[in-house]
Amino acid sequence: MLLRLLRTHLAPYRRWLAIVVVLQLSATVAMLYLPSLNADIIDDGVAVGDTDTIWRLGGVMLAVSVVQIVCSVLATWFAARAAMAFGRDLRGAVFGQVMAFSGREVGTLGAPSLITRTTNDVQQVQMLAMMGSTMAVTVPIMMVGGIVMAMREDLGLSWLLAIVVPALFLCVGVVVSQMVPSFRLVQERIDEVNRVLREQVTGLRVVRAFVREPLERERFAVANDSLTEVSVRAGRWLATMFPLVMLVVNVSSVAVIWFGGLRVDSGETQVGALTAFLSYLMQILMSVMMGTFMLMQVPRSAVCADRIAEVLDTPSSVVPPARPVTAVSLRGHLDLEGVGFTFPGAAQPVLRDVSLQVRPGETVAIIGATGAGKSTLVNLVPRLIDATAGSVRVDGVDVRELDPDLLWSRVGFVPQRAFLFTGTVAQNLRHGRPEATDDELWQALEVAQARDFVEAVPEGLEAPITQGGSNVSGGQRQRLAIARAVLRRPEIYVFDDAFSALDQATDARLRAALAPQTRDAAVLVVAQRVSSIRDADRIVVLDDGAVVGTGTHEELLAANPTYQEIVASQHGVEEAA
Amino acid sequence: MTTTRPTSEPTRAGREGGELQETERMVSTGGPGRGPMGGGMVGQKAMTFGPSVRRLLGRLRPQRGRAVAVVVLAVASVGLTALGPRLLGEATDIIFDGFLAERPIDFDAVRDVLLLVLGVYVVASLLSWLQGYVLNDVVQGTVRRLRSDVEDKVHRLPLEYVDRQPRGELLSRVTNDIDNVSQTLQQTMSQLLTSLLTVVAVLSMMLWISPVLALIALVSVPISMWVTSRIMRHSQTQFVAQWRRTGQLNAHIEESISGHALVTVFGRRREVEEAFAEQNDALYDASWRAQLVSGLIMPVMMFVGNLNYVVIAVVGGLRVASGTLSLGEVQAFIQYTRQFTQPLTTIASMINLLQSGVASAERVFELLDAPEQTPDAVGAAAASLPPGGRGEVRFEHVSFSYDPAEPLIEDLSLVAAPGQTIAIVGPTGAGKTTLVNLVMRFYELDAGRITLDGVDIAALPRDELRGRTGMVLQDAWLFGGTLRDNIAYGRPGATEEEVLAAARATYVDRFVQSLPEGYDTVVDEDGGNLSAGERQLLTIARAFLADPALLILDEATSSVDTRTEVLVQRAMAALRSDRTSFVIAHRLSTIRDADLIVVMEDGRIVEQGTHAALLAAEGAYARLHRSGAGGAPVDGVGTAEAAVTGHENPVVPAGRPT
Repeated sequence: MLLRLLRTHLAPYRRWLAIVVVLQLSATVAMLYLPSLNADIIDDGVAVGDTDTIWRLGGVMLAVSVVQIVCSVLATWFAARAAMAFGRDLRGAVFGQVMAFSGREVGTLGAPSLITRTTNDVQQVQMLAMMGSTMAVTVPIMMVGGIVMAMREDLGLSWLLAIVVPALFLCVGVVVSQMVPSFRLVQERIDEVNRVLREQVTGLRVVRAFVREPLERERFAVANDSLTEVSVRAGRWLATMFPLVMLVVNVSSVAVIWFGGLRVDSGETQVGALTAFLSYLMQILMSVMMGTFMLMQVPRSAVCADRIAEVLDTPSSVVPPARPVTAVSLRGHLDLEGVGFTFPGAAQPVLRDVSLQVRPGETVAIIGATGAGKSTLVNLVPRLIDATAGSVRVDGVDVRELDPDLLWSRVGFVPQRAFLFTGTVAQNLRHGRPEATDDELWQALEVAQARDFVEAVPEGLEAPITQGGSNVSGGQRQRLAIARAVLRRPEIYVFDDAFSALDQATDARLRAALAPQTRDAAVLVVAQRVSSIRDADRIVVLDDGAVVGTGTHEELLAANPTYQEIVASQHGVEEAA
Repeated sequence: MTTTRPTSEPTRAGREGGELQETERMVSTGGPGRGPMGGGMVGQKAMTFGPSVRRLLGRLRPQRGRAVAVVVLAVASVGLTALGPRLLGEATDIIFDGFLAERPIDFDAVRDVLLLVLGVYVVASLLSWLQGYVLNDVVQGTVRRLRSDVEDKVHRLPLEYVDRQPRGELLSRVTNDIDNVSQTLQQTMSQLLTSLLTVVAVLSMMLWISPVLALIALVSVPISMWVTSRIMRHSQTQFVAQWRRTGQLNAHIEESISGHALVTVFGRRREVEEAFAEQNDALYDASWRAQLVSGLIMPVMMFVGNLNYVVIAVVGGLRVASGTLSLGEVQAFIQYTRQFTQPLTTIASMINLLQSGVASAERVFELLDAPEQTPDAVGAAAASLPPGGRGEVRFEHVSFSYDPAEPLIEDLSLVAAPGQTIAIVGPTGAGKTTLVNLVMRFYELDAGRITLDGVDIAALPRDELRGRTGMVLQDAWLFGGTLRDNIAYGRPGATEEEVLAAARATYVDRFVQSLPEGYDTVVDEDGGNLSAGERQLLTIARAFLADPALLILDEATSSVDTRTEVLVQRAMAALRSDRTSFVIAHRLSTIRDADLIVVMEDGRIVEQGTHAALLAAEGAYARLHRSGAGGAPVDGVGTAEAAVTGHENPVVPAGRPT
């Protein structure tokens, strides 16, 4: 998963990465060249007593150092750009995918989780890309370069490398193979501990009300202990790594002196070369250690990458049509025919064989118990979800074949939870129609019975709305949401229990004001309160996902037991029988 | 509402009225975002860096013995490691001498030296391993205790404290910040310790070999420090910018995903994506700058190191040429130079890393230092409820406010006789939820007292009080687990039959049957794809199972449809008989048969009596009942359903009992 993400989303920055590779290569070569120069100083300068050579080679070393820093800084520049651009693109991809989801996918994956995946998880993977683009290049170059240079200094000693390097790999390999699964486990346990803590904080009142502190404490203690347990295990392997690598390298440096000494004695090599050989050995060690650091970040990023990939790999259950219908002749027609909806894998369908029709100027109301499928039903109209059986037709065309923009422009939807965006009242209303004038905004507010309270605020239309609309009351929020839909002048209105927070009088005034607006439109209303739908042209009674009655208030009252029950329930328990 | 008190109202509404769920949902979704909270602090809090580091180190105290052992082991292993090149240099000298003198090299001497070096290295590695092993235990133990202290603290925090700050903020402290602290400790402790010691050890070795060269090498220290501090100052401003952008982008993402359905149906996807792209670009811009500046530390430090290296090589070479130093000494010295600049580089990057860790630690400490709720009375001072108490609740001149400047409940007295159902009605912000929260002793009174069966609840251990009380909150909290577990939360140890019975009695069973996995369906933290009504039913089932002596229902059925509510009401009525109940409901229809209806306005009781008596009195209740004539910003929810019962309706026989 991690590799796939990196491969796909780093691809556009191949050129930058290529530059990084070249620059790092130069920087590393420069760095590798320094011990060799040092060897020359010793052999050609110090040993011979040639101060000029010492000065000259010193100057060369300085120049090489400058080359190295220039290359390193430039490489950091390009690497930072590439890695952050990668993060930006990945974030964009995840966000785009989430926005293309239907309500079903958002519900299944959960909004908080989707937010985490778009923000935090992307950040983790981006960090790895950053580390990777600097280290993944440097480490191998340093390693290979170190080996090559060491061999160049003294080929006769290179058999030592043939022992040291594999030994190093073996040690690191054993430790890393033990460590990586532990780190993965650590990440999972951290998530678990955080989940328990998050639940305790969000549910603090409930925890206290039910005196469940001891239980919660125990849950936490278990999670904390098991986290500590794997962390200790992973940490111990980590603690083993460095002494082990150090030992290998130090022992081999002793070996270099011993065997190198023998070669110096036989005149096969020079003392300066020996020193250089030692330095290269150190560099090989450094590169191995740096590589290990990167490997430690991998498990954490891998977990995040999996979560990101899950989002990217989840297809939206609502797909825009390949050849959308962009023009329709009818206006204000809504037909549901034999509509059914079942969650994947669910034993019982949420909706079964629901048919209804709404014609221009008509109001059809849907009433039924919690869980009867009312919200699911209305969500089918703007294609927040797609029916699993039957068809939903707007103006005679199946919504699955309509151009989405055309569909959405025709449907004015007011959801159960009146959600407002951060900004001002005007900005929120203009979500409905960006080009609307202030006058039109005021008209819409008037219809929605929201004019008075917006007028009462000094800022008026420019009054700020905080996140989620938490600075206005539930009733005000609903009225603003209604105004937003009215402003669009749609031809199909869908109100999902959108009047629940309004008092009877406001409700009545609103319906009266809405009537002329909806003269040529189809109106579909979900309601809990009988009083607000009594005047509907037709009332559809939904029970357990099926239509159990259709008719006017009077007709249903006379003949439909479910409807009678609902009506009675709104007048207190004693009359229910 | 915004119109009257723009600053104070949102908080209050968040606590009191129907906004609660909404507010909390919005805030809590901000929790997981690591960025804005953790990062933004780095800039502001750097001033108290020192004390916080000391305090963080102070947390190692319980493991003092092991911590001291770590330091001793580190000193020993670093010292031995530092000795290595010096000894190796001796071996080189022997070889070089032989080489220069053009006589056979004294390999016996070389062997002796090398064997010694080998021994030193083996012991050093062993000590270093031991040190790492013990340090790991120390760090993990410390982190474990820090986590458990924080969790402990959460349970002792007064609710006022929890309410007062955005939930995402608190969540960020208990999760992201602790993670950050633990990561920082793990990554920096070992390296900082050995690096610091290495600098000291190497420096003394260098002084031993050649004070002149050592002084040259020392010049690199202030240069390094200067460079590091310059870069860190820049990287800090860049990081602040990065985290600020992250915060802004996260807010946009959060809002777009939370309002997903609306974005879709209004065809606003394109605009939302454009705004996203814009902010995403801004974040990209800030990020790469931050990464660039902080990424400069390594190359620049390496450059300083290399400069040092060049100077040492030249000066050292000249000194050998002039005969002041031996070649072996120069060789050792050059190795030391490497060993000297490398830990300096490490220290610089570790301090950079430590900064963000310490900023997080500070936020965790702030939480740990927060005031706690008054501890329960213990031992002889602790009161206990009389056996066979029937649940009489008395408010005696109770006053309470969250903010002294804004009194909320003033001099309120009320008696709930055993077995009675007390309904509390009134507009948003009247103090209804606060009132019932006081019974649970979620808050401490400012004046007056509340008694349960004659005992002051302030003298009772909280667990005993709450153990007798069942509460269904408007905030339908479910935890990540199966539906069965969530119901059983009311009474751990309940049998499967009892859970199912509670589920059936509260009409949970009906919708559970339509879920693919039934009672084994796992709900995630935000309730997954359960509707608000279904979540509420679940919490009612939970209280039903708990079977308490005193019942508090706070808008418990607001999202349940009326017909289901009638059914649930019947179940609840059975549950309520014989126990004192406080009911807050916005549908006046559901509380008409309460024994006592209390009408609250602005924290005071303006009326109390039965439904009939209150209607006859033509006061606040009657007005509320006739409802909404005023329309405007009264309690949007509170009065909404009242109308249904007030207005005549064809089905209802005339002269129905009221």
